[in-house]
Amino acid sequence: MAEAGAAIKDALKRRESLEVLGLGSKRAIGRPSEATDILDLSFNKGISIYEPQELVLSAKAGTRIAEISALLAGESQMLAFEPPDFAELLGTGSGSLGGNLATNLSGPRRLKAGAARDFILGFSALNGSGEPFRAGGRVVKNVTGYDLPKLMCGSWGTLAVMDEITIKVMPKPETEISVCISALTHEASIRAMAAALQSPAEVSSAAYLPKTDFEESRTMLRIEGVEASVRARASHLQDLLKPHGSLSLLDEASSLDFWRDVRDVMPLASLRDAHIWRISVPPSESAVVMARIRSTVETRYYCDWGGGLLWLAVPPDPEAHGQVIRGAISSGSGHATLIRAPANVRRSVPVFQPQPKALAELTRRVKTSFDPERVLNRSRMYEGV
Amino acid sequence: MPLKMPEPAREILDKRREIVRGLRSIVPGEGVIDTPEQMRVYETDGLTAYRQMPLVVVLPETVEQVSRILDYCYRRSIKVVPRGSGTSLSGGALPLADGVLLGLSKFNRILDIDFENRTVTAQPGVTNLAITRAVESRGFYYAPDPSSQIACSIGGNVAENAGGVHCLKYGLTTNNVLGLEMVLVTGDVVRLGGKHLDSEGYDLLGLLTGSEGLLAVITEVTVRILRKPEGARAMLIAFGSSEAAGQCVADIISAGIIPGGMEMMDRPAIHAVEEFVPAGYPLDAEALLIVELDGPSVEVDHLIGRVEAIAQKNEASSLRVSTNEAERLLFWAGRKAAFPAAGRISPDYLCMDGTIPRRELPKVLHGLKALSAKYGLRVANVFHAGDGNLHPLILYDANKPEELARAEQFGADILRLCVKHGGVLTGEHGVGVEKRDLMPEMFSKGDLEQQQRVKCAFDESGLLNPGKVFPTLHRCAELGRMHVHKGEVAFPDIPRF
Repeated sequence: MAEAGAAIKDALKRRESLEVLGLGSKRAIGRPSEATDILDLSFNKGISIYEPQELVLSAKAGTRIAEISALLAGESQMLAFEPPDFAELLGTGSGSLGGNLATNLSGPRRLKAGAARDFILGFSALNGSGEPFRAGGRVVKNVTGYDLPKLMCGSWGTLAVMDEITIKVMPKPETEISVCISALTHEASIRAMAAALQSPAEVSSAAYLPKTDFEESRTMLRIEGVEASVRARASHLQDLLKPHGSLSLLDEASSLDFWRDVRDVMPLASLRDAHIWRISVPPSESAVVMARIRSTVETRYYCDWGGGLLWLAVPPDPEAHGQVIRGAISSGSGHATLIRAPANVRRSVPVFQPQPKALAELTRRVKTSFDPERVLNRSRMYEGV
Repeated sequence: MPLKMPEPAREILDKRREIVRGLRSIVPGEGVIDTPEQMRVYETDGLTAYRQMPLVVVLPETVEQVSRILDYCYRRSIKVVPRGSGTSLSGGALPLADGVLLGLSKFNRILDIDFENRTVTAQPGVTNLAITRAVESRGFYYAPDPSSQIACSIGGNVAENAGGVHCLKYGLTTNNVLGLEMVLVTGDVVRLGGKHLDSEGYDLLGLLTGSEGLLAVITEVTVRILRKPEGARAMLIAFGSSEAAGQCVADIISAGIIPGGMEMMDRPAIHAVEEFVPAGYPLDAEALLIVELDGPSVEVDHLIGRVEAIAQKNEASSLRVSTNEAERLLFWAGRKAAFPAAGRISPDYLCMDGTIPRRELPKVLHGLKALSAKYGLRVANVFHAGDGNLHPLILYDANKPEELARAEQFGADILRLCVKHGGVLTGEHGVGVEKRDLMPEMFSKGDLEQQQRVKCAFDESGLLNPGKVFPTLHRCAELGRMHVHKGEVAFPDIPRF
C-alpha cells in the first residue's frame, strides 16, 4: 500500500484524479471516469484473520468474495447480507470484499439480516491525501469514535482506498425452503408479502416475479433456520397465505437456486440491450411506482425486499428514461440508480439520485474531509464530487 | 486527573442576559430556563461524577425553533449541547458554562406507525420503550433495549448508538434506524433515508448514529419494528470457572446458535444481585450464564437441547431452564438489577464499558483481579457474553478523599487492558467526556485527525458539543491543511485538554 500512497500523493500534486480499481467487477457502474490514471489494487488480497467463534474475519480489500464465502462455508458460516454477483448482468468477473462494501450492495436476505454496511466492523485505508488511517475495531460491538466504516459503504471509492477490512460473519442456516404463491398481481403480491412479513414466520426474503409469456407471476417467501423450525414456520405461513392464492413449496435446492438468481438480477440479465435500473422505495409504494412508470415506458421488472427493491429493464434511450423513472418516485421516498447503460447514457443522465441542495452541499464537504483535491474516483457518484 | 473542559469564553458569559432574551424571542414562555434552581436538573446526566451548570437551557417544540436556535447560536459563535433524556453514562450531555443546553424533551410525539412497511416515525424525545408500547398490541416491538429504556429517548439512542442485551441477534440502534431528520449547526434541515432501505449516497445515517451530538441535532427518527418472536425461554447455567463459561459461549456460537440474549456474571456480581433480588442464582458459582433462545416453540425446544449438551460438555455445575414466562422473567430480574444491586453494596460505583474478543475473557478477568488488588477497590463484572461487551462495576465511596480519582484511574486501566487484548474503549455507552482522554490508546494521531475532519465537514466552528469524544481541539483550517503540513502541529496555541 506504500506505493498506492505515493501514487495518490503524486496525483494530488498534479490535481488529477485516479480511478480506484479492485477487481473491476462493478467498474461499469457510475458516471464515466474522469481519471487520468488507474490505481490498481488487485494485488491487495488475502484473508488475515478468521475466528469462527468470534464471528469475525479480516481480509485485504481485494480478496475475492468467492474465496471468503468458501472459507466461511467450511465452518458453516456465511456473509449474511448475500453479496450479489453481477458477472452476468455486467459481463464482467466476480467481485472483491472491498468492492462489495464500497458499493453497499446486498442480496435478498437484506430484508431480515441487514445490508453490507451492517456487517463492517473496521478498516484501514488511505485517504485522498495518501495518508493512512483506520477506524472501527475487530469486535462486533463498538461505538468508539465516529462510525467511519459505515461511511465507506456506499461511497463507491470516492472517500478512501480501503486496505484491510474486518467484517462480522454469521452462522449459515441449516436449511431453507420457499413458499410460492402463483398468479398474483403486483398489488396483491405486496399485500401477501406484507401479511407474511408481519407474521412470526421470520420470512428472510420476499420477492415478486411478474407474469411472463411463459409463466404466471410468482410471489416467493423464503424461510431459513433449523429444520424442525423451518417446517413449522412454512406450515404456519401456508395457513396464513391460503386466502391469497394458490400455494406450492420449493425444496432446499430449488430455493437456493431461485434466490441466487434474484440476488444476481438473472431475470433481467439476458436482455442485452436494455438499460437496467435499481429502485428502492417503501414496499407499500412499490405497485404505484411501477404503474406510473409502465404507463409511459415499456419495462420488464421484478421486486425483491418485500416489494421495496425494484429491478427494471427499459428499452435503450439517450437518457435511459430517467425522468419518467425518477418522476414516479415520491419526493424523499426512495431513489433510483442506473446500474447498466452505455457510457454516453451514464454521462447524460445522473446515475445516482440527485440530492436536495443542503444534502448535496454536505456530501461535498464530507468528500473534501477525506479527499480535499478529489483525487479518488472524482465525479463517479456526483459531478465534481 | 480532574476533567478539563474547554475554557469558557468570557465574551459569551458576559452576554448571557442578551442571549436569554434572544432565545426567548424564538421560544416563548417556559421554553427558556435561566434560573439556577430550574437549571439544576440539567447540570449532569447519567455520569453523575461530573456536574456543570449550563449558560441557559432551551426546550424548543418545533423543528423551526430548533433551526432558528442553531442559526442564532451559529451567528454568535455560541456553543450548543444537545440533550435527550440525559441518561448518557459517558457524560455526552454534560453542559458547558458558556453553552446553550438544547433539550429535546418536548419532541415527545410518535408521528407515524406503519405496519405495512413495518416502521415507526417518532420525534427524538419519545422514549425507547414508548415505541414498543405503541406497537405491541399488534405483536411488534422495537429491538434495541438499553437498560435505561424506560427513560432514554430515541434521539439519544441514535446519538449514542445504544445497544442492549439483544443486540447480538437483533443489532444495535444503527442496524434498526431507517431515516432521520436533522438540523445542522447552521440551521439547515436535512433529511436522510426514510421508509425505504439503503438510501443512496454517503451513509450519513450510519455516521450520525453514534456521533454523540457532535454533528447535528436530530429532530425526527424512523426505525424498523420487528414482529415479536413466538416465544422465548431462558437458561441459567453455572460454572466453576470463567474459562469454562467462556468456552461454553464460544461453543454455542460455533454450533451456529445465535441466542436472543447471552449474559454472564462473575461471582461478586452474582452475590450482589442475589442479595438484592432473590432470583435463585447459585451462590457457589464462579460464573453464571443466562442464555435466552427465542422463536417458534419447536425451534426453542430444539436449541435448548443443544445448548444443554454444550453446557454439560463444558462441565456446568448447574443448569435450569425456565418452564414458564414468570420464571424466564425471574431469571432476568437479577441481571437487570445488576446496577442498582451494585449501588446497594457500595455507596458509589463506576460502570465501565469495554468490548473484547470473547476468547480473551479469562485473561482480561485475571488482569481485572490484579488491578482490583492494586487499587484496593472491589469490582463486579456483568458481561454481554455473546458480543464481548464487558461492564465491570468499580465499587467506591465518593465521600472518601481521593477514592473517585482512584476509581477513575482503575477504570482507565481496565479500558487500556481491553484495548491491549484487541478490544475497544466503549461497546455501547459512548466516549463522551468519560473516555475522551483515552482515545489515543486506541487511535493514532492520524486516525483522530481524519475523524475530526469529518466533524469539520458538519461543524466547522466546533460549536456542537465541544469537549466530548476528542481529547484535543483542532481548528478546522489546520486539519484541512494537514496534507501539506504533514505531521507538523501548525498552531501550538490551540487548547489541548
